[in-house]
Amino acid sequence: MISFDDLLPLLPLLIVSLSVVVTMIMIGIRRSFIVSGALTILGLLLAACVAMVMLSWTNQQVTPLLIIDQYSLLFTIITCVASMFIAVFSFPYFFRLDDQKEEFYLLIGLATVGAIVMVSSNHFISTVLGLETLSMSLYGMIAYPLHSKDSVNYPLEASVKYLILSACASCFILFGMALVYAQTGTLSFTSLAVLDPEFGLSEGYTVVALLLISTGMAFKLSLAPFHLWTPDVYEGSPLPATAYLATVGKMAMAVLLLRFLTSTEALSFGAIPVVFSLIAIASIIVGNLLALRQENLKRILAYSSIAHMGYLLIAVVSSNVSGGGISVEAISFYLIAYVVMSLGAFAILSTLSSSENEIDQVGDYQGLFWRSPWLATMLIAMVLSLAGIPLTVGFIGKFYIFFAGVESSLWVLLAALVIGSGIGLYYYLRIVYIILQPLKAKQQTSFPIAGIESLSSYFVIALLFLLLILLGVYPSPLVSLVKSASDFI
Amino acid sequence: MILLALISILFVGGLIAWASESVDANFPRVIALITVIVELAVVCLLLLQDSSAGGWVASVNAAWIPRFGISFYLAADGLSVLMIALTAFLGLIAVGSAWSEIHERAGFFYFNLLWTLAGVIGVFTALDLFLFFFFWEIMLIPMYFIIAIWGHENKNYAAMKFFIFTQVSGMLMLIAIVTMAYLHFIEFGYLSFKYQDLLNLSVANPLQFWIMLGFFIGFATKLPSVPFHAWLPDAHSQAPTAGSVILAGVLLKTGAYGLIRFAIPLFPEASAQFAPFAMGVAAFSILYCAKVAFAQSDIKRLIAYTSVSHMGFVTLGIYAWNEQALQGAIMTMLAHGLSAAALFMLAGGLQHRIHTRNMNEMGGFWIHAPRMAVVTMFFSIAALGMPGLGNFVGEFLALLGAFQVNVLATVASAFGLILASVYSLWVIQKIFQGGYSDAHFEVSKLRDLDHREMTYYALMMVGLIWMGLYPQPFLDLAEPVLTSLLAGTQSVAATLIPTSTFTSTLIPTTGAGL
Repeated sequence: MISFDDLLPLLPLLIVSLSVVVTMIMIGIRRSFIVSGALTILGLLLAACVAMVMLSWTNQQVTPLLIIDQYSLLFTIITCVASMFIAVFSFPYFFRLDDQKEEFYLLIGLATVGAIVMVSSNHFISTVLGLETLSMSLYGMIAYPLHSKDSVNYPLEASVKYLILSACASCFILFGMALVYAQTGTLSFTSLAVLDPEFGLSEGYTVVALLLISTGMAFKLSLAPFHLWTPDVYEGSPLPATAYLATVGKMAMAVLLLRFLTSTEALSFGAIPVVFSLIAIASIIVGNLLALRQENLKRILAYSSIAHMGYLLIAVVSSNVSGGGISVEAISFYLIAYVVMSLGAFAILSTLSSSENEIDQVGDYQGLFWRSPWLATMLIAMVLSLAGIPLTVGFIGKFYIFFAGVESSLWVLLAALVIGSGIGLYYYLRIVYIILQPLKAKQQTSFPIAGIESLSSYFVIALLFLLLILLGVYPSPLVSLVKSASDFI
Repeated sequence: MILLALISILFVGGLIAWASESVDANFPRVIALITVIVELAVVCLLLLQDSSAGGWVASVNAAWIPRFGISFYLAADGLSVLMIALTAFLGLIAVGSAWSEIHERAGFFYFNLLWTLAGVIGVFTALDLFLFFFFWEIMLIPMYFIIAIWGHENKNYAAMKFFIFTQVSGMLMLIAIVTMAYLHFIEFGYLSFKYQDLLNLSVANPLQFWIMLGFFIGFATKLPSVPFHAWLPDAHSQAPTAGSVILAGVLLKTGAYGLIRFAIPLFPEASAQFAPFAMGVAAFSILYCAKVAFAQSDIKRLIAYTSVSHMGFVTLGIYAWNEQALQGAIMTMLAHGLSAAALFMLAGGLQHRIHTRNMNEMGGFWIHAPRMAVVTMFFSIAALGMPGLGNFVGEFLALLGAFQVNVLATVASAFGLILASVYSLWVIQKIFQGGYSDAHFEVSKLRDLDHREMTYYALMMVGLIWMGLYPQPFLDLAEPVLTSLLAGTQSVAATLIPTSTFTSTLIPTTGAGL
């Protein structure tokens, strides 16, 4: 039986679910874009606040499925806040959509429910539940402007691509889980390192199971060589959906991966760290190289996210060697930094764009610095942060990765990181350079004039920019928060 | 606190300069000028401070990221003070050189200029290695903007090359720094990026060598030394004049400063082993870049290559690692800072007037711009190492010190002085002497230097003559620092640096300096 004591830690999850239900009923009563948006944002904000209050004293396994500790709560907060930000800047984006637009907020809410379940999961059932809830909502979000006549993208193509590949990845994960279950007889995350030889199959099956699960997760994290869907899906989706997929989706998956790897001690099998190292190197090199010649900002961000997930894997690999010393902190900090900076970039892109006119070509941004210096400064800051330049949170994140790599003496991976970042500078600086160029004589694609509906998104952009700089200059508070949370992994 | 003031004046001044543009287009440059003058005044205050307290004139120390043992630790000794003074002085000169050249988006230009200077001063004062790296990278971004926005025809390429070279080499240095901190954790049980803590670290040799190499590549790229110098000619030729002044005068010196302050004291054994190679590279750098300078028709590229050549003397002096050589390296840094900055200003001035940097299109300018000719003559002669001017003192001391350690490299390097006089005079001949050619521009555009420009050049001339005739104050400032640095590495030097018997009989006394 679930008692009240069990429900209390689930409060953030329940609040978000409730807000989804309420929003749905409200839409049934009377369609209003602003009301459904406000309800969703309010629900997410409330959930984040409640999670923040619970942060210091909650450490509880709720049913065998979910673990609510400081770590999962930290990422619940970030999930809720990030989703809230996306909800805010999807308002001006869909403002002029010639279709029913209220349900997009339902999907954001549902996806957030899935993400919260994922970051709190330490059981295969909740893993699948969370993962599928998130993915199902994302299919809808990606294909959202499908019936709009003015839609500029290819939402159907993107959605189907994501649907099929994501389903494949889920199959891999499920098959892996089945094999693990055959070994252990339990669906919770338990150590696979020491198994009763009387029971289950031989060790080879464990490695196969782990590789299957890792492959599926690598699909979701868009790590090379499982990255092929990423640029197309990023490009074809409406910008808020891309932002959700790129930030919350990746973050929830990475947290789950970390929890899975540490509780199953998967990295103690010799083959697994080697595979992860190879995937990391491939992602860093492929992501950065393929981004070089792209002209579409969404594609550039897609490839850059491949590279960033590769950097993240360095810390994952190092968690094996160093016994989790700093690497869990490194992963957590890097994830937060990544969410802040890429969310910022997407926020700016989607505030400038709208569903019928996406400003996503690099050339469109020529002279932005002289047109609207504040917005351009913030975009430059986001891009430089993605490149890992000091004064921004991206640098501190990269510093963490360096530290984790050095601690475990992963010199080859560090060399890949240096080379990858060096290549990466080229396309990041190209964006900066184009933003700084003088305006074209005849601006072909003029930026839409921001209406009153964009005000709140400018607020979100400013907030993310402040976070980016603040955490880059004075990261201590977040560092200590991440450190105390990481002890729970 | 005074160090914090030094940095924040520039940061705040830059912000105000940027903001003031919306009020009046002329405000940014005035505010920038005021900022650098205030900065100079504060530097003078710093010079008056008592340096008896362990050699450190002033310091600020506050916890920053305690998790990693990172603190906001700034301190200045004689060496830092000399470099800060050079930075502030050249900041003034740079604002002056941009005064009539930069009209477009002036606010943002002066913002970048002042922030670059702030980053440089941070580099010269940071004693926490993380903080040092932080400033090291911060000074790149505004410099990138300066080249990318106000540069010349090929600015994107140059700015990109500059940034990628310095950033990638910087990342190698970051790995080295992090490794040091981690080794400190292993040896002493807590993480620390503090300079004094890391000095106590004893690292086993193969690892020490690799870490040292990380630092060396970081610094040698900035210096620049030959295999890593390819960014410099492009960056210089494309940068606006003020950018070149800061690049040549100050930014290159951060590399040399890093070698003196960090690379050698932190890794004495590895550096001692590495020294013959580094001195060889330095000698090669001197000769090779002097030779390449001949092949240039672009005047800014030519000066850029001579810069690399002159910085070779600095590397040579640093790796000789005795007091004379180090004094020579520091004097060369100061003197080259002034002479190269002046030459870049002259080249920039010429380009501003006649819109070309191609020397083949110039000739016979002496008739139309006599003042400019004489000023150029002066600084060329200074650069070639004429006794009585600062560069001579520096290069002579560096050679004198290096001769005691590595005869071969020193003898080879000394030929650089000959090449230097040839290319310096060759430039004068090409541009100012010979028949006047007016194929590409009107004579009216070739205005002579005006009073404002003359003031800046005069200031720099005074500086160079002072260094040349009475270098003692500069040597005195650096001397206690060098003594303590040398003392720190003495035990290693005694065992590892092979002093050849030939030189030790030839020059029996190696103590007092000049």
